[in-house]
Amino acid sequence: MEAVLFFIAAIGALGGALGVIAMRNPFYSVLFLIVHLFSLAALFLLLTSAFVAAAQVVVYAGAVMVLYVFVVAYVGGGGESAWEPIPGQRFLAPLLAVALFVELAVAVLSSSLLALGTEGPDVKAGFGDPAAIGRLLLEKFLLPFEASSILLLLAAVGAIVLAARRREEVA
Amino acid sequence: MSIEWYIVLSSLLFATGVLGILLRRSPMVILLCLELMLNAGNLALVAFSRMVGNEQGQVFAVIVMVIAACEVVVGLGLIVAIFRRRLPLNVDDLRELRG
Repeated sequence: MEAVLFFIAAIGALGGALGVIAMRNPFYSVLFLIVHLFSLAALFLLLTSAFVAAAQVVVYAGAVMVLYVFVVAYVGGGGESAWEPIPGQRFLAPLLAVALFVELAVAVLSSSLLALGTEGPDVKAGFGDPAAIGRLLLEKFLLPFEASSILLLLAAVGAIVLAARRREEVA
Repeated sequence: MSIEWYIVLSSLLFATGVLGILLRRSPMVILLCLELMLNAGNLALVAFSRMVGNEQGQVFAVIVMVIAACEVVVGLGLIVAIFRRRLPLNVDDLRELRG
């Protein structure tokens, strides 16, 4: 059962990722990314990390994707030119991507991590639930937590400065 | 499923994101491919956290999500600013900063 769910979610994640890069209209790319994110949330659930899966659905598939859809609707999906600044880029890029995948896979699978071939140790019932993650965030990882909240505030201010209409532009 | 399946899937998704960044010219799609790569990293973090049997990797995955949200906000702000100035939304045309 777990294997079936894994392969369904893996096909969804990979198909969504391929759809993102294959679609010519950015709007469809965003929709494929949502499929990809939901499949990843299912994979996180299979890895017994309920909080990360919930955050994935609420924050990513909910909030971030709404932002993308708004901006795509505002800017509009323009066609991409066929002009290539580097000759043969269309053929070199898949070659490089395959080489990167082979390199990553070899690096991980030939490492001396003995537990890689297992399903991980047996964990207690509350593994990865919101209470456990919240306790870690507010006790052991308080400083990274606060730093990331300051970063979010800075990003919000930066986005307003970048996207706000200047006075002279209006006039 | 053993952990190595998740890790191989994560490297496959990362390579897909890299392929998208190399192939596409629209800054919007390049941002989406960055999301793909960040999510592949997240999958690896959560898989390793399950392998060790420790939740600390999941905390890092949550923080990576926050960083991804920041990146999206600033990136989309840049795209809106580019659009407002009526510049082409194509990374090959926006090459003034290239040395």
